Amino acid sequence: MSPRRAATGGLLDRTRTVRFTFDGQTYDGHPGDTLASALLANGVTLVGRSFKYHRPRGVFTAGIDEPNALVTVLKEGVREPNIPATRIELHDGLRAESQNRFPSLDYDFGALNQLGGRLIGAGFYYKTFMGPVIGPLKGTRFWMLCERFIRRAAGLGRADYGKDPSRYERMNAFCDVLVVGGGLAGLMAAEAAAKAGKRVILAEQEPAVGGFARWSGETIGGKPASVFAEQLAERLAGLDTVRLLSRTTVWGYYDGNTLAATERVCDHLAKAPKGNPRQRHWTIRAGKVVLAAGALERPIVFPGNDRPGVMLAGAVRRYATEHAVLPGDRTVLFTNNDSAYEAAVAIRRAGGHVTAIVDVRPSISEAAAALASEAGVVPLTGQAVVGTSGGKRLAGVTVQRFDAATGALSGDARPIECDSLAVSSGWQPVIHLASQAGGKAHWDEALQAFLPPQPGRSWTGAGAFMGRMTTAEALASGRDAGLDAAGKKPSRAKLPEVAPQPLDIAPAPVFEIKAKGKAFVDLQHDVTADDVRLAHREGFVSVEHLKRYTTLGMATDQGKSSNVPGLAIMAEARGIAIPEAGTTRFRPPFSPVAIGSIAAERYGDLRPDRLTPMHDWHVENGAAMTPAGLWHRPLVYAAPGETVEQAYIREAAAVRRSVGIVDVSTLGKIAVKGPDAAEFLDRVYTNTFSTLPVGKARYGLMLREDGIAFDDGTTWRLGENDFLMTTTTANAGPVMQHLEYFLDVIWPDLRVHLTSVTDAWAGAAIAGPNARKVLEKCVAGTAVDNEALPFMGIVEGAIGGAPVMICRLSFSGELAYEVYSGAGHGLHVWEALMEAGEEFAITPYGMEALGALRIEKGHVTGAEIDGRTTARDLYLDWMLSKKKPFVGSALMDRPALIDQNRIRLVGVVSLDGRPLGGGAHIVEKGSLDDLGQSIGHITAFCYSPELSKYIGLALVRGGKARHGTRAFVSDPLRKRFGPVEIVSHHFFDPEGRRMHG
Amino acid sequence: MLISCPHCGPRDLAEFSYQGDATRIRPDPASTDAKAWYGYVYARPNPAGRHREFWQHAGGCRAHLLVVRDTLTHEIYEVTFARPLPGTGETA
Amino acid sequence: MAEYSALSLLKNALSGNRDWKPAWRKPAPKPSYDVIIVGGGGHGLATAYYLAAEHGITNVAVIEKSWLGSGNIGRNTTIVRSNYLLPDSIRFYDFSVKLWENLSHELNYNVMFSQRGVLNLAHNPGQADAYIRRGNAMRHGGGDALWLTREEIARKVPGLDLSGSARFPVVGGLLQQRAGTARHDAVAWGYARGADRRGVDLIENCEVTGFLRDGDRIVGVETSRGEIRARKVGLAVAGSTGRVLKLAGIDSFPIESHVLQAFVSEALKPFVDCVVTFGGGHLYMSQSDKGGLVFGGSLDYYNSYAQRGNLPTVEDVMSEICAMFPSVARLRLLRSWGGVMDMSMDGSPIITKGPLPGIYLNCGWCYGGFKATPASGFSFAHTIARDEPHAINAPYTLSRFERGAVIDETGHGPTPKLH
Repeated sequence: MSPRRAATGGLLDRTRTVRFTFDGQTYDGHPGDTLASALLANGVTLVGRSFKYHRPRGVFTAGIDEPNALVTVLKEGVREPNIPATRIELHDGLRAESQNRFPSLDYDFGALNQLGGRLIGAGFYYKTFMGPVIGPLKGTRFWMLCERFIRRAAGLGRADYGKDPSRYERMNAFCDVLVVGGGLAGLMAAEAAAKAGKRVILAEQEPAVGGFARWSGETIGGKPASVFAEQLAERLAGLDTVRLLSRTTVWGYYDGNTLAATERVCDHLAKAPKGNPRQRHWTIRAGKVVLAAGALERPIVFPGNDRPGVMLAGAVRRYATEHAVLPGDRTVLFTNNDSAYEAAVAIRRAGGHVTAIVDVRPSISEAAAALASEAGVVPLTGQAVVGTSGGKRLAGVTVQRFDAATGALSGDARPIECDSLAVSSGWQPVIHLASQAGGKAHWDEALQAFLPPQPGRSWTGAGAFMGRMTTAEALASGRDAGLDAAGKKPSRAKLPEVAPQPLDIAPAPVFEIKAKGKAFVDLQHDVTADDVRLAHREGFVSVEHLKRYTTLGMATDQGKSSNVPGLAIMAEARGIAIPEAGTTRFRPPFSPVAIGSIAAERYGDLRPDRLTPMHDWHVENGAAMTPAGLWHRPLVYAAPGETVEQAYIREAAAVRRSVGIVDVSTLGKIAVKGPDAAEFLDRVYTNTFSTLPVGKARYGLMLREDGIAFDDGTTWRLGENDFLMTTTTANAGPVMQHLEYFLDVIWPDLRVHLTSVTDAWAGAAIAGPNARKVLEKCVAGTAVDNEALPFMGIVEGAIGGAPVMICRLSFSGELAYEVYSGAGHGLHVWEALMEAGEEFAITPYGMEALGALRIEKGHVTGAEIDGRTTARDLYLDWMLSKKKPFVGSALMDRPALIDQNRIRLVGVVSLDGRPLGGGAHIVEKGSLDDLGQSIGHITAFCYSPELSKYIGLALVRGGKARHGTRAFVSDPLRKRFGPVEIVSHHFFDPEGRRMHG
Repeated sequence: MLISCPHCGPRDLAEFSYQGDATRIRPDPASTDAKAWYGYVYARPNPAGRHREFWQHAGGCRAHLLVVRDTLTHEIYEVTFARPLPGTGETA
Repeated sequence: MAEYSALSLLKNALSGNRDWKPAWRKPAPKPSYDVIIVGGGGHGLATAYYLAAEHGITNVAVIEKSWLGSGNIGRNTTIVRSNYLLPDSIRFYDFSVKLWENLSHELNYNVMFSQRGVLNLAHNPGQADAYIRRGNAMRHGGGDALWLTREEIARKVPGLDLSGSARFPVVGGLLQQRAGTARHDAVAWGYARGADRRGVDLIENCEVTGFLRDGDRIVGVETSRGEIRARKVGLAVAGSTGRVLKLAGIDSFPIESHVLQAFVSEALKPFVDCVVTFGGGHLYMSQSDKGGLVFGGSLDYYNSYAQRGNLPTVEDVMSEICAMFPSVARLRLLRSWGGVMDMSMDGSPIITKGPLPGIYLNCGWCYGGFKATPASGFSFAHTIARDEPHAINAPYTLSRFERGAVIDETGHGPTPKLH
């Protein structure tokens, strides 16, 4: 039997035992336990170490607001750090470890930090570690030395580098009404909205709906509140217009009533059932949102308030009622409000002993007094806890007379022995999502809490979230919010009676007891009340400065229990009211979310793979594939033992000698059709297309509006009003969008229709002196001789029975053709071409050989058209029509764009027989030890089988003017320096005899 | 953010591609007025508040839409086709 | 005011930390100053500091609508680097890195500049060439840059997906070792304290509502705390540039305001040492001294003055960080936030006299303002004090757009996209 588990009671399945380990030690619990409740039941009170001082800490809350009990879960071979034990459902085989301690939780060297005490208060690091101004530790060196130790001491849990083996998935959901929070208010809202005919989603972060009703001990309509909630949930579950999501945290409220939520589908199971994701990312678009997120309890700040055994009163009540666990043998309560008295009764009912109730108020209500007497204790009113004793577990508290109006202590301090202390300073509505939605919170004097902004068109609120703290109010406001969300008027129908009568929840405005010793505001980050006052003293008084200077509220709990007390202490120091001190804007996520869950299906599958119809053939035939945007393209088809360089030289030489074939399916292809298609092309291209005869193709260049070169490609005139435009692979999308913009926005009068047909066509280019012979062998339905198919001519025919379109154009400078077929025929046509080419030893070639061939010809691609070069920089002036304006014509000749000293296209030849390098620079003089001034850079290089030299294209200051001069390639990153000659970029067959042949 | 495409209905932001300020006027193509072109290509009113802007429904019908949206709140007031409907000379 | 040091910490600890003084005064605005800097962010504070420290101009007010450092200086991903491609950029940002290297000493405030290196991953041969071009440009410009092979990257950054089966396999990376991270808030506070100690008035909660004119000339500002006159008014208001210029009657400008989101995970023990950027998309990540993984991606990409972003960008960024570090999928996002970026039309800043007589302008920082803070303040102070630019900001004119002399690092042209 667990030492602190009551013999009966609690919402547990006592028929089953669950075995788990914490720091290697095995314990038992029951289904229905959290790791926190099970540890408490086993008498484990020390569960973590704090961030800065490594102070021993115990479970502090029973929920999402937990600052102390953070553990690492070990599952599926990976570590999941920083998980609140209060949020971990117990399951068989659960393994958890404590964090931020070395060598062990009990004996932690880091605790030495406590000796630093006042030396390492808020912001101390800004004032030191700067080191000497001169010497070996000058500059940033001393700081970086110190930082290494600081980084090791900081951080909480340890992550590992193993791939997360889990799967995540996304769900897009739509509803009329999204209810956030499955407490009574949320359940009532969901029912009211559903009855009004609305589609409803209700999300509850806990495993079970009901919220406070599960541990309040109240009755509703004569039934236990937990039963009332369960029955209500069952009714909702029976409606097909309602979707109930448990274990689902709504964490982000984005524009257009789009909310993000995470459902923890399998975290509570020992093993995820096949086909289930670990977590599911929900994107919910809601017509209206009902926020019923409840409220969280706040502690009182006093010296020693962080000792293991100190807990929120509501948490004690929940553990006692829901888990039948007592936090200690002798519990003291310390409060400024009535709700703690209900915790006292809960302890008593669970068989525990309440030693004292210390209440800062001079007097209490009769109802509270009655509860105290039911708990068997006489309240110590007008008193406060001013200190605690004990080491790794609370041994007692010290109590002194206290004046709630002035905050003054008087009289002698008296010790009270106890091993558990439950504290409360009232409740703060969970307004985070409303704050994310954009409203400003306002202060409620009676509740001493921030209430959400006024509900607007997009959301409404209910229950404790709206400051309606009692169960009866939750029922009523929940129903009304549901009706309101459904566009209905509030109901007057009678609601079931709640018993017993509610207490007055309003707290006395006391957040801190000022006495000697460290009093913690932010438990996780070890921010003390003195730190807040230090920030005030140094002028960091705005709430954001306070937060940033002290790190208050920046820990994993995001200050859920510390924000309001921290603000209260600052307001007092400044002598202003709390609302004048301000509140911070809450930002997503409401509570921490697994990063993989938001990536959802894109975790492990970042982007789609674009594969051409011939992809499998390439892979089967030994191609090394390389990414090109989203596409995969063959780099080389290396024979066994061949290097990439050997392979591309062989492939390129084969093209020059006989014939090669390359997959060009990735080129962008846009069908441009309509009566004004030719006019449209004249406007977007620098050269003229209206004069192009049907059945011919032309090379075209596009500029951006700012006159910079944008993209190039050939456009084919298939009919009077029917063009097929090709673009570079990389710019297929941007060119399409560019054209659509002009048609839709600038020239809506043009009768042109654009269709992206990139994926509809497969393309193979065959190039080389024997290219025509290959076609002659396999093309039916058309002649392909020079007359039928002249340079830049287009014919239609068939290959292997599949219709094809063939255009004679050349990127390689050889006699070459592009053969397009329907994508579905792509592989078939490719194989037919391979078969026809067999007698000519047709050689498939990849990107590298394609590059080598185009470099020899001096053709530009994206490495030269890089978004900064002009047509003149690339010596494409001949393409700039003088007869018509075109996109970019107005701005292309601005002074800085025609400066003679711009970097312009040239060829370079390696004079030392060694390779050049893409990205290497060109200098007039220098060495690797004494780098000269860069005059440009190499955009692409290759070994030219034709010239038997390493050659390259380069952009060099002055361009052509340097032809015939010597310079050096300077590549310090690859430690390469050597002489080059600057030459024309047309290395090979500048007259184009081969391709016209 | 949801944008109500006149063709496709309300769709998520992720389907759209932003195409920028819609108040600039492109000079006559033959104009060489440097100021006018600077104003069109580079300068923006960049208002804090209502903003007329183009969005393309890139993951849908691919139409360019003229959207009036508040840059302070992201609230969308109005969505129409950027291109006049054939024969009407008006936007939808 | 006392110097900060280990000794002063000890002395104050012994007296219960009761004797610390405010880091800066909270003065009421005077009727006039020599110079007013509008904008109490990093750049404005640095400008005021260098006006006083370098030019002896101390009769200066920095006026800030909200609290000091409330803009992008307090909401960035803290990266400092000068790994640029174009000579003008390299010169400016290298100058900035040099100022960073001594900044803690200069300010007597630990800004925690840690030169832990910035590594840009390349995922295909073309991208590798582009990064090598950049690295070589840095080296030829006098900076530091190294090319790392995949094996060297594996040793330096454990946890990266370096498998050949990655969607975008890593082929190498460009490392700038002198780059790193700094504590963003500390930079604002350090400059604030430094400027204040030299006599500059830092005036918080003071919003500019208009400009005072004498003919064509701007001679001061109207504020929520009254009129303040000055011979020279410098604007350093980043994302609010459009709004403030409108008050001066300038309705159109080559700037768009866009929202950029940033993210931090829960605190972890040391996980990654240097800053890493992903070339298969757009993502940068580092680990703060507190232990959080700090990361960001692209703009949401629509005009916005709201410091809030939307979900599609969040999902993109999370997908990319998991693709880079597959174990991060199991870690948890703690907080996200948004900043308003002043996106210029070529991705480079504007630091210049004008556009009206009496006004000086500093804007157009796009994603890159944080690392520029020292050089921006230094050169803007020079421009204000001497009425001519410093050599490092001479290219950052406003007229460059009209002339075509843009400084377009990414080659995306006149759009705020991806700069």
